Amino acid sequence: MAWFLRSKKNIEDNIQREIPDNLFTKCPSCNEIIYKRQFEEQFSTCHKCDHHFRIGSADYIELLFDAGTFVETDANVRSADPLNFIDTKPYSERLADAYKRTSMSDALTIGYGDVLGRQISFGCMNFGFVGGSMGSVVGEKFYRAAKRAITERTSLVVISTSGGARMQEAALSLMQMAKTAAVLGELAEARLPYISILTDPTTGGVSASFAMLGDINIAEPKALIGFAGPRVIEQTIRKKLPEGFQRSEALLKNGMIDMIVHRRNLRDTLSAILDRLHN
Amino acid sequence: MAQHILDFEKPVIDLEKKIEEMRTLAGTLDISDQISDLEGKIEELRLDIYSNLTRWQRIQIARHPDRPYTLDYCLNTFSNFTELHGDRMFRDDAAIVGGLASLGRYNVVVIGHQKGRDTKSNVYRNFGMPNPEGYRKAKRLMQLAEKFRKPIICLLDTQGAYPGIEAEDRGQANAIAENLLLMSSLKTPIVVVVIGEGASGGALGIGVGNRVLMLENAWYSVIAPESCSSILWRSWDFKEQAAEALRLTASDLVEQGVADRIIPEPIGGAHRLPNEIFATLGKVLIEELDALAPLSDDALVAQRRSKFAKLGVWTQDV
Repeated sequence: MAWFLRSKKNIEDNIQREIPDNLFTKCPSCNEIIYKRQFEEQFSTCHKCDHHFRIGSADYIELLFDAGTFVETDANVRSADPLNFIDTKPYSERLADAYKRTSMSDALTIGYGDVLGRQISFGCMNFGFVGGSMGSVVGEKFYRAAKRAITERTSLVVISTSGGARMQEAALSLMQMAKTAAVLGELAEARLPYISILTDPTTGGVSASFAMLGDINIAEPKALIGFAGPRVIEQTIRKKLPEGFQRSEALLKNGMIDMIVHRRNLRDTLSAILDRLHN
Repeated sequence: MAQHILDFEKPVIDLEKKIEEMRTLAGTLDISDQISDLEGKIEELRLDIYSNLTRWQRIQIARHPDRPYTLDYCLNTFSNFTELHGDRMFRDDAAIVGGLASLGRYNVVVIGHQKGRDTKSNVYRNFGMPNPEGYRKAKRLMQLAEKFRKPIICLLDTQGAYPGIEAEDRGQANAIAENLLLMSSLKTPIVVVVIGEGASGGALGIGVGNRVLMLENAWYSVIAPESCSSILWRSWDFKEQAAEALRLTASDLVEQGVADRIIPEPIGGAHRLPNEIFATLGKVLIEELDALAPLSDDALVAQRRSKFAKLGVWTQDV
């Protein structure tokens, strides 16, 4: 089906509810039945085919940080709808809905905490919040997380998942690409590591700015990662895309990422890298 | 040569045709009074039309097939242009051009998106939509500029980076991201001018400067209005509304703090009197380079970083 004919109403409604509420769920990739306990033990991945379900910042924080050490910061930074943007619905209403539905403050959660005893400055995107799109708030919070890493002399770790820039903030959202890349230049000059973790999906303005700029780029298995979305490419070239195109494994082969890491090994891998880069 | 006429220009063109007809019909009769009357009317009408353009109409001017492109400026605004080719890694991308040039007392490196004017040249230029090697060529030329302490002038004019299989495989996202990082840290003055269309990361990929200027009828946004319409309205028919909502004109962007200065175009657009815009751009660029010249390397980098750090609008309750 062509993407402009899709039946789902809006991009922001397009949250994949992959986390099972009930006792078991079916893996969308291999159809295996996964019981809730297995699911939790496997960090929301399929025990049979390693399909990684999409999870949010709260899950990643639980997965990575030493219990009780994570402190969220800047949760009160909110979008101001600078252009009074209205398409089929005012942007302010979309935001209000997203706040209500997700109880998140925007598409990026930032803070700091300890990973196996080492403090890091941290950010994690939320695909459930307006498609994980980057507007002024995401840019500003990323900037603050990087600045905190510089002040506290810690490394910066950011987990990305995003459909791209937030259209409702037009040129201002575009400029967040430059803003986030520029502060990474400052972090680099301070010789502090930046580890970028790319998860499904990371596309558009986020992939073409901070997500691709890690000193080390790590991806979860089979994550969709690219600049242009697959539908746009299909429309442009009028061909079906090859199997595995824009997936982590292809990016590894093409030299765009350093490694693919299963979610269950994420914390240990991260810690092992920082042990050697930042001691 | 067939003239490309925009819808809203028609009343002016009709009057111009009328004058031509009158001249032919009049023969030896003296009708110079009537003609100068009509000519005055044309000027009034033109002024009226062009001072009340909608955003969508401005986009039509920015896309006018006769509008000057990067190489036109390279050859007319600058002197001694020497084109340099290639990213030294894969191939030469014709959608981004660059080279050495002189402007007043400055030797500079000019880099810009390049569109084609007809089918053949558009295929060669990939409609001004770069592949990763285009951004990597730009990166190489910018590093060259920094090494030899030359200011960089970037001219933006693209509908976006090319969305293709090979572009993705060769790291389109990575190529753009690397340029954003590099440009924010370069120890040389960078002046960016949006000369036509500035769409998305494909434009910004050579767009991080100490100063960001826009030609009067240029536009700059995160997405083209047609694509915005198809995504948010789920139809291609709302491009005019999308153009309004995106607030993408030069004066919009000055208001948002994204652009620093508007470069006035001749009435009717840059294509109507190209020599005028070539000269204006040269004069403006010299002013901008003069203003940046006293800044130290570190001050240039700090100014550029803080300029982009300030961009964005948010609220924060205490």
